Amino acid sequence: MPNNLPTPLLDGRRATRDRRNLGWGAAGLGVAGVVAALTVAPADAVQGQAQRLMYLHVPTAWTAYLAFFAVLVSSGAYLIWSDPRWDRAARAAAEIGLGATVVTFAVGTVWGRATWGVWWAWDPRIVSTIVLFLIYAAQVTVRGAEGDPHRGARRAAWLGAAGFVMIPVVHFSVVWWRSLHQQATVLAPSASPPIDTVMLATLLLCVAACTVTAAWLFLRRLAVLELRAGVRTPARRTVPAGRP
Amino acid sequence: MTPRRSRALLLLIVVAGVALLVAAGLQNTLTFYRSPSEVAGHTSTHERVRLGGEVVPGSLRTDGGLTRFRIGDGTTEIAVEQVADLPGTLREGQEAVVEGTLDAHGVFRSDTVMAKHGNEYRPAQAGGQGSP
Repeated sequence: MPNNLPTPLLDGRRATRDRRNLGWGAAGLGVAGVVAALTVAPADAVQGQAQRLMYLHVPTAWTAYLAFFAVLVSSGAYLIWSDPRWDRAARAAAEIGLGATVVTFAVGTVWGRATWGVWWAWDPRIVSTIVLFLIYAAQVTVRGAEGDPHRGARRAAWLGAAGFVMIPVVHFSVVWWRSLHQQATVLAPSASPPIDTVMLATLLLCVAACTVTAAWLFLRRLAVLELRAGVRTPARRTVPAGRP
Repeated sequence: MTPRRSRALLLLIVVAGVALLVAAGLQNTLTFYRSPSEVAGHTSTHERVRLGGEVVPGSLRTDGGLTRFRIGDGTTEIAVEQVADLPGTLREGQEAVVEGTLDAHGVFRSDTVMAKHGNEYRPAQAGGQGSP
């Protein structure tokens, strides 16, 4: 029998306020990231201004990795405990991962045109990224393909856990196969990444901004999914919450 | 979404995935380019291939609409002739991938040039990549 409890992250008196503060934190980091990426960081010696696209391309790719890792954890937990809260978490994380993948792809296309000279190439990392996208698109879709929500959620959980195999494939595609993409700069076993310090600091700031934004979107999406699932949230003051 | 629609969308996703993998296989995605040694020895003329390697320093020159340079891998060099535009980031000494066919004289007639870039990021003001 599935329970009908709210997620601990969204429960409690201060949850709404914490969520709003997280949103403001994301906005602040985002503004700082944009300013640093466009003005503080120097233009690249080889690629010029186009290299600034890295400050969006890499953070969104990282966010997608992280979101799909959250899908893996939530899916595993759902398979063990069959708690619908884990299924909602897996769904929200998968949707955010798909969004982040789309942004990574769109920015990467423009960066590719500017630096490589082509919008598109049959490159192992590009192809594996689309496969990754399709697997998680299927993961989100399969949930509704069954009449019974629990069975749909179980299938989604299996796919969500198995799909994580694609993350190392995407990340190491540039090492395993001959690719147009360059090797990793930061997420690579190297004591001193071959990147200028100001550029690295800007990149890390943008990664933080993207991660916090994704966390905020995750909580917001989770709240919407709880509302739809008819989870009773404790009434705040006099406002009846979650009532249709 | 109704279960029926979800199943239709699922089918579409699976078909798209299979089509992508087949197309990627036909396009030699796992070997995105071949080295000059591989192309020089084993490529029949008029077979479309991607050739990748270093743009040999001192070989890049443009007259009129035609650009000539050599792509090398340390042992073999292949002359490349490209008619259409080049990416602005193409530099001598950097890696590039060209797409086209090898003609009967051993000259690679390319229609697409892709400039690879390294994983190094250095500010432009610091005098190129010289600073460690």
